[in-house]
Amino acid sequence: MLATQLNIDDLVARIPNGAKVALPPEYAYCSLTAVRALIRRQAKGLHLVGVPSLGFQADMLIGAGCVDTLETAAVTLSEYGLAPRFTDAIKKASINMMDATCPAIHAALQASEKGIPFIPLRGLIGSDILTHRKDWKIGENPFAENDPVVYLPALRPDVALIHAPIGDKFGNIWVGVRREQMLMSHASKDTYVTVEEIVDGNLMDDLKMKAGTIPGIYISAMTEAKQGAWPLGIPGGYKADHDHLKYYVDLAKSDEGFQQYVDKFVLASVVEAAE
Amino acid sequence: MEVVLEEILINALAKNLSGLQHVAVGASSPIPGAAALLAKRQSKGTMRVSILGSEDNNFFSDGGKEIFDIAGQGRMDAFFLSGAQIDGKANVNLVSVGDYAQPKARFPGSFGSGYLYFVVPRVFLFRLDHTPRTLVEKVDFISAPGFSEDNIYRPGGPYKLITNRCMFDVDKKRKCFRLESVHPEHTIDEIHEQTGFKFDMPDGKVPETPIPNSVTLSIIRGEVAQEIAEIYPAFASRVFGVDKVV
Repeated sequence: MLATQLNIDDLVARIPNGAKVALPPEYAYCSLTAVRALIRRQAKGLHLVGVPSLGFQADMLIGAGCVDTLETAAVTLSEYGLAPRFTDAIKKASINMMDATCPAIHAALQASEKGIPFIPLRGLIGSDILTHRKDWKIGENPFAENDPVVYLPALRPDVALIHAPIGDKFGNIWVGVRREQMLMSHASKDTYVTVEEIVDGNLMDDLKMKAGTIPGIYISAMTEAKQGAWPLGIPGGYKADHDHLKYYVDLAKSDEGFQQYVDKFVLASVVEAAE
Repeated sequence: MEVVLEEILINALAKNLSGLQHVAVGASSPIPGAAALLAKRQSKGTMRVSILGSEDNNFFSDGGKEIFDIAGQGRMDAFFLSGAQIDGKANVNLVSVGDYAQPKARFPGSFGSGYLYFVVPRVFLFRLDHTPRTLVEKVDFISAPGFSEDNIYRPGGPYKLITNRCMFDVDKKRKCFRLESVHPEHTIDEIHEQTGFKFDMPDGKVPETPIPNSVTLSIIRGEVAQEIAEIYPAFASRVFGVDKVV
């Protein structure tokens, strides 16, 4: 079956306001071209899920007022310091924060992947992460005596929004060892993906490729987008645009600066929108 | 060339990793990363090291969850944690200062600490900025608790606390820190003054943290410096004058 191919603005038009959107970490494949398109279309009330952490993607969406809730183990711009729009929003209490720990997000997505209602996880007991997560519960290990363990409800995002180096016309998407993106696709209702290149043939015909490929059955629609992760890089491909990321962090320290950035690199990117 | 603090810390950490089979290093950790690489060289092929952000020292192939799954199974012996605040009960705060709902300061978040601190046998707390503001009596937010009740599954926990001034040991029975050694050019009085929590003193004289011997120092400045430059080029250049080989 052939995959649905859309341009980037039509792709993000499929993500409704208020959707729970899972995003990959920045050491995987992130679709910044889709983030910019979400800002252009003035998406509202998104519930972002970091799998397991977020960075520039979240900072930009928060700055642009697209985000209502943030569920993640961290928001980090690593060597570029604290995420300015995120930090500002938290200090003003203008977004709902659901602090997590990395394996809790992975495990809760795995529960969804398996179609089971919850999953137990070690750790967490005695932490304030657990104190503030009213949706998590301490239960008993039913196979032992006096062995408390945390129960996490299955986490089922409406959308997984990812990028990848290559896909084929059947919607098979190669992510290699970045298998959190496979987990995200399995666990979410819809997966929207941008790919650097749509290649000829079927990725499933080559067993070496198949091992790292998300089957098209999970992919709701895709967009071909060269340099779709820019200004981030992609593992094994192009490097992050350090000068641009530094420039963003400097500007995004203020609301006005962030708006300038958006005007210049998001709203004015006519070329990208036309693609 | 004079021995610098970073080299003393790398050496001290590496000694505490000796004999382990798998040491993992998280994000933003150049000194722990270098210590793990030194310990790996000294292990003569018996130690595996995984460093987040590295391509040369990262054997994971099952996505972001694998490092936690491997730790949960007991296949990870040591890990490093930092904290915006660390308190006298070894609680770690990576989240915020002040009221959680509307904090004075907000940091990235807890990452894997709320899990790894429970399951990794030797967790090294590492904080270079040793002041009463960072080493506090009580943290404002517990990302991961230092100790747990007896009925909580807890094969892991704090093993040492290492700062720019000294090294603390952990007394698991008394649930507190004990001063282990003071780095060269620092004093016990200064450490009392700069630490926001009460800690135990060892019996007898407090030793000075040893400086690496000449063989170790040449490995640190040679192979380890080269290898850490792959992940932390700015650190390798500043401390060792080594530039990343592209």
